[in-house]
Amino acid sequence: MKTRPNYLAGIGSFLWLLIVAIPLYVMISGTFQTRAEFGDNGPLSFPTSFTLQNYADAITSGFGRYFLNTLVVTVGVVAIVLLLVPPLSYAIVRSRSRAASFVFRFFLLGLAIPAQAVIVPVFYLINTVGLYDNLIGVILPTAAFALPICTLILSGTMRDITGELYEAMAMDGASPARAFFRLVLPLSKGGISTIAVFSALQAWNGFLFPLILTQSESTRVVTLGLFNFQTQYGINIPGLLAAVTLSMVPVLLVYLFARRALVQGLMGAGGK
Amino acid sequence: MTTLATRRRPAPGGSTVSRPARSGASSVGRPGFAWALPATIFFALFALVPLVAVAVLSFTSWSGLGDPEFVGLDNWKTLIADPVMLKSLWLSLLFIALGVVTQTPLSILLGVWAAGNQRNRAVLSAIYFIPLLLSSAAISVLWRALLDPNFGIPGQLSWLFGDGNLLGTQTGAIGVLIFVGMWQFTPFHTLIYQGAAKGIPHVLYQAAAIDGAGMVRQFFSITLPQLRNTAITSIILMVVGGLTTFETVLILTNGGPGTDTTITAFYMYQQAFRSFDFGVGSAIALVLVIVATAISLVVVKVSGYDKMNSSLEGL
Repeated sequence: MKTRPNYLAGIGSFLWLLIVAIPLYVMISGTFQTRAEFGDNGPLSFPTSFTLQNYADAITSGFGRYFLNTLVVTVGVVAIVLLLVPPLSYAIVRSRSRAASFVFRFFLLGLAIPAQAVIVPVFYLINTVGLYDNLIGVILPTAAFALPICTLILSGTMRDITGELYEAMAMDGASPARAFFRLVLPLSKGGISTIAVFSALQAWNGFLFPLILTQSESTRVVTLGLFNFQTQYGINIPGLLAAVTLSMVPVLLVYLFARRALVQGLMGAGGK
Repeated sequence: MTTLATRRRPAPGGSTVSRPARSGASSVGRPGFAWALPATIFFALFALVPLVAVAVLSFTSWSGLGDPEFVGLDNWKTLIADPVMLKSLWLSLLFIALGVVTQTPLSILLGVWAAGNQRNRAVLSAIYFIPLLLSSAAISVLWRALLDPNFGIPGQLSWLFGDGNLLGTQTGAIGVLIFVGMWQFTPFHTLIYQGAAKGIPHVLYQAAAIDGAGMVRQFFSITLPQLRNTAITSIILMVVGGLTTFETVLILTNGGPGTDTTITAFYMYQQAFRSFDFGVGSAIALVLVIVATAISLVVVKVSGYDKMNSSLEGL
């Protein structure tokens, strides 16, 4: 059947495009203007000059360090997720034990626990074990809160592996571990890259845990750096916009190269 | 199909013996519970144990130093008598309601449109989803800069925005927060609806077209009812998301003017991490969990989701 054009939705989607694109345009064009020019002409005007000074300002104000910290947090979170979620999803999909199906419901329930609800005890816990103001203290709870959604996504992928394949492996006398490494992991590559990208995005954009669990400049992550930059130099709009733009570049690069994995993960996050 | 019998949960009393021999053979290679253990313990430590702990802490007084001290119902009495707490709950409900009524129609329209096969669709959807990738912190800082009364868009378009100090009044501040929430989260909900709309069987539309139903009629009689389950998921996510909105409030309004945008989630942060009253903060956190669960249950109940079998019934 041929789909007829839906004009109402077409017009609506065009308007929405403007609402999404104009702020992004202002953001990027603002970063290349001097403060004076930006102030005189207003944010919506076309830039008449070109400068990279704002980016230089943002970087010298400490964003290099913040990027490194965020990178450490992101790598740590992804490592934990990749270490814990595949065996968990394997057990959820294949185990016969009743405990495993209980665990699945437990993680579904976990989806509904907002990080804010537990932030005080987490703060207490991290303080007690002496990880306050330490990036490890940020990594641990961030990774924990990425687990439910990643488990949901990956066990969805693993369910698609047919029983015949497992039976063939079992015929050859393969142990569960062998089946896991030889069959399950290779066949769920798509799902694994999805959860890697997805948890990386969560870690990169995380704000609440770093806000509560760190304080010094040496452990500051990018999102907190933006907040801090705004409180300190809120009047320097082009500088602020440059900092925001810088914080987005890595994510946009990932979007460019791993769009499929990301969108699939997000669709799975809401649709199931 | 052969796995159908083996998938059934074993009957109580351990029927493993009576199971046919071949399913016994296939359980040789099955992983035990141990495979799930590390992740379960890790998650319990940071989510489930703290959830219990927050309930316990709500009966204590703790300033962050030393040990929490048991104070009975004191925190709860403080909260019940606290006008800011009550106001914050109303504000949260207002936020949720405004968020749902602004984002739902928009994301259904955009999602259904994006599920079609127009030629420019792929490019446009790629741009739509950009806000989805950005951190709440970056989005809030960006909008705060864009809405700056002196150097922002309102200053340039003063015929539209008056004096330009949008965040200076309660109505303006709430409007901005709702708008920024919409800017940030509509792409996500659009994506959910897009996925669901793609899954609606074409047969339904063909049948409707044969019966002479126009496009509008098809939208209301087929598309919307078919998206019902998705809408419930999406609305529950909006409720929980709206209730826990934090970064946007902290960065854009800081709860102000006065306490006019101090929603419950932000009030919890203020009480715990600015006033260092962790007992009251824990009590508010518990209120958040209860409210989120209650609203989600109401949505499920009212929509009849729990009684629904399949939206494809009769096909």
